[in-house]
Amino acid sequence: MCTVTPISLTVGANRIVPTIAIPHPLGNPALDHDEEKKLRRRLVEKALKALQTPVDDQTIFE
Amino acid sequence: MYRIVHYINQFYAGIGGEDHADVGPAKMPQVPPVSKAFTAAFKGEAEVVATIYCGDSYFAENTDKALNEICELIKAENPDMVIAGPAFNAGRYGFAAGNVAAAVKAQLGIPTLTGMYEENPGTDYKSKTIIVPTKNSAAGMRDAVAKMAPLALKLAKGEELGPYYVEGYMYTGIRKNLFEEERGAKRAVDMMLKKLAGEPFITEFPMPNFDRVAPNPPVADITKAKIALCTSGGIVPKGNPDHIESSSASHYGKYDIEGVQYLTSETYQTAHGGYDPVYANADPNRVLPVDVMRDLEREGKIGSLHRYFYTTVGNGTAVANAKKFAAEYAQELKADGVDAVILTST
Repeated sequence: MCTVTPISLTVGANRIVPTIAIPHPLGNPALDHDEEKKLRRRLVEKALKALQTPVDDQTIFE
Repeated sequence: MYRIVHYINQFYAGIGGEDHADVGPAKMPQVPPVSKAFTAAFKGEAEVVATIYCGDSYFAENTDKALNEICELIKAENPDMVIAGPAFNAGRYGFAAGNVAAAVKAQLGIPTLTGMYEENPGTDYKSKTIIVPTKNSAAGMRDAVAKMAPLALKLAKGEELGPYYVEGYMYTGIRKNLFEEERGAKRAVDMMLKKLAGEPFITEFPMPNFDRVAPNPPVADITKAKIALCTSGGIVPKGNPDHIESSSASHYGKYDIEGVQYLTSETYQTAHGGYDPVYANADPNRVLPVDVMRDLEREGKIGSLHRYFYTTVGNGTAVANAKKFAAEYAQELKADGVDAVILTST
């Protein structure tokens, strides 16, 4: 899970989930805590989905 | 006539081999053949006036003490510069030579030079001294002396060294601003034209090699899976107890989150120096999502959250090191029955 996905591609990650921002990949300080946690949960659920998805090559799960 | 002091190990001092690797530092009564080889290469402009040796094991096991003693011995000779090694591929010797060269430069303000094979762990010090690449064994001594002596002379004279690719020393990673003759736009276009024409060109910035691995099959049943969190975002227990560096991490941390439901600003922080830490320090779950993983665990959406997380700081950390850390802790993850990893980065 990372913000600058081209870097993840360069270093060879196969399942990549784009995140919010470099200093807070799984958060957004502009939101209130509950909203932020919901956002974080959505991102992690995307990661879990990626883990359950067969891939042949490097794949970004938008 | 410039004064040079030479640092070597017990073997080149003629004291003995491994059986004498535990001797402490001392000044030799006379300079040995390897030091004389340097004097000869200086062609009358400089001379090795003293040679200090130390046993490689003594140095490795008593590094701080040995460095203090060695620096005292070197200081007493009042040299214009100090040469350490060459150590070729001998790891402990390279470690000692690199350390001595770095310490003399930093603490005594005397320019230093050492030589070793590119894979020697002592090359870690290449940003703290000047390291000349040598062959991987003492069969390369003549070659090493021939390459090291002219640079040593320049350093003794107080001359500035040019870039590594001109002078022949190892890339230090230290940035120096200089004015190029041609502007960047022209150099970039020239390089592109060569590339398009299939002609050879020299890159101004070599990229490290990254390798690829085949993707693993998907997790069969996520509700039964043990998932581990890992990060390069530098999340560590508050106080950074294992002192993971804010840049160029030399190690990683393994921390137990058994019973931890979420990370807080009182209990965790980031050690990473490459991004604004304010948000991660205020709420470390923003980089290592323990809170959400615990919810998912409680709800049965995943089997379990692994009790350990692995962390390091990705900022400026050498690819080789990052690879090494992961190769090591991946074995622990496997042994602990982890089915999948979520790795977060910043």
